[in-house]
Amino acid sequence: MAAPHPAPLPVKHGERENTVIEVSGAEKVFANGTRALEPIDLGIRQGEFITLLGPSGCGKSTLLKMIANLLEPSSGDIRWWGKGFDHVGEDGKKLVFVFQDATLMPWASVRGNVRLPLDLAGAERKLADARVDQALALVGLSKFDLSYPRQLSGGMQMRASIARALVTEPNVLLMDEPFGALDEITRNKLDQDLLDLWYEKKLTVVFVTHSIYEAVFLSTRVVVMAARPGRIMREVKIDAPYPRNEAFRVSQEFAMYARDLQLLLAEASAAGAVED
Amino acid sequence: MSLDSKFMAFAMPVGVGVILLSLWEFLVWFYQVPKFLVPAPSLVATTLVQDWWLLFSSLWVTLKVTFFAFFLSVVIGTLVAFLFVQSRVVEMSFFPYAVLLQVTPIVAIAPLIIIWAKDTNTALVICATLVGLFPIISNTVLGLRSVNPGLLNLFKMNKATRFQQLVRLRIPSAAPYFFGGLRISSGLSLIGAVVAEFVAGTGGSGAGLAYQILQAGFQLNIPRLFAALFLITITGVLLFLLMVALSRLALGGWHESELVPEA
Ligand SMILES: Nc1ncnc2c1ncn2[C@@H]1O[C@H](COP(=O)(O)OP(=O)(O)OP(=O)(O)O)[C@@H](O)[C@H]1O
Ligand SMILES: [Mg+2]
Repeated sequence: MAAPHPAPLPVKHGERENTVIEVSGAEKVFANGTRALEPIDLGIRQGEFITLLGPSGCGKSTLLKMIANLLEPSSGDIRWWGKGFDHVGEDGKKLVFVFQDATLMPWASVRGNVRLPLDLAGAERKLADARVDQALALVGLSKFDLSYPRQLSGGMQMRASIARALVTEPNVLLMDEPFGALDEITRNKLDQDLLDLWYEKKLTVVFVTHSIYEAVFLSTRVVVMAARPGRIMREVKIDAPYPRNEAFRVSQEFAMYARDLQLLLAEASAAGAVED
Repeated sequence: MSLDSKFMAFAMPVGVGVILLSLWEFLVWFYQVPKFLVPAPSLVATTLVQDWWLLFSSLWVTLKVTFFAFFLSVVIGTLVAFLFVQSRVVEMSFFPYAVLLQVTPIVAIAPLIIIWAKDTNTALVICATLVGLFPIISNTVLGLRSVNPGLLNLFKMNKATRFQQLVRLRIPSAAPYFFGGLRISSGLSLIGAVVAEFVAGTGGSGAGLAYQILQAGFQLNIPRLFAALFLITITGVLLFLLMVALSRLALGGWHESELVPEA
């Protein structure tokens, strides 16, 4: 099959007004002296699917946690919708974090797990249950709402975790190697579903991965990072049209991007190694 | 498979018991061991029936002390654990004293407690509580702290209040540890009660099972001594089984320790 015909990108690049998250000169030095990140500048615009790609230890998780306000930058600044983190959570400014492992409560059913953010916010029971049903349908877990996490496969647990993220109807999804622990077939399936969801719901996603193929398949823009100290080495725009599907994976274009990133990544790893 | 293994789990220990008891019976008969040294199991059983009222009322006295002490251990232990996890400073300052509870032999301090307490029963309950308290404190503290850090982050990101964190995260996380503590503590409360009765000795008013054992020993009524011992043991086992059932009831749905391996 040939590459799919061009469809308009849901993103108009370069519009400053559409900046959702602005990282300016944010640097991270841990208490033990580890310089995890050099001052980083990164603007994330509405509707982008950004992937942070880089060798282990280059500070991808650190950067993502700072964006999620789970870590404070040592110096520099991060703005969310042009404001401080206090305003995050207001309507249209919702941000959720999806962890590497599903992080479900073993004592609660899938429904209980997915409903948690609404329960914590004190949402009304009926309304919450309706939203949970929607979220479960989106990830294809409707039939498993009463199952316990241990009764689900790894992929299904991850779906439940994503449903829990979606139930608050977020605008920005931050994902740290969410499918890293899964086999390739399951991972490809979840990548496709995530991408469709992003396209349909006009989400903004910041995604961390080790996989070049995952990065090319998903992203509007790949941020390649290098280690020691962690820094942004290059940004690569993936100018392939959406919606993307299996045909894209086997296209010439895909292979080209993968090759470019492979070279960059090798360079990034070497750059880190020299300073060892 | 599941039914089979359940049956085996029951049949095997019972079988071992029957064989050991038969052997005991046989050896006592074969060597003509006098009953004031080692009575035959059959004689112990007859004594148990003959002295039933005496023994049973003593058992009841000991059980009352045990249950009361166990109840106090659970209530106080849980409260203390909750206090400890509120702040590291509190835990650092007081945990060593909780350990003191654990390492001080109860026989050594029981006489003091008996002197200080108004009546013997109170003294017995205090002693047994001291013995049963520590496992509840240490297990519950460990449980309340053993929270999945990812879940904790999730709660924080959802702006959960401390109370929500406690009820929806810390308490369920602590439950398996707490029930582990219950199992240990229930047995220890019984032991504490019996030991304290021993120390209180014949002066004790309540006449619990330990009193019966002491008396039987003085009178060389060894079959009754064995019968009393048997009652204590069986009570300990029943208490343990009760705690196992309780734990299964509470955690059966989700915790690994209670999952039946599927065939
Ligand atoms: N809490 C911490 N204290 C001290 N150093 C830390 C801490 N967390 C991370 N680091 C260090 O910061 C650097 C970046 O870590 P980070 O976890 O962000 O890397 P990463 O790119 O996510 O790696 P991976 O791909 O292996 O997940 C590493 O050198 C790590 O050892
Ligand atoms: Mg990481």
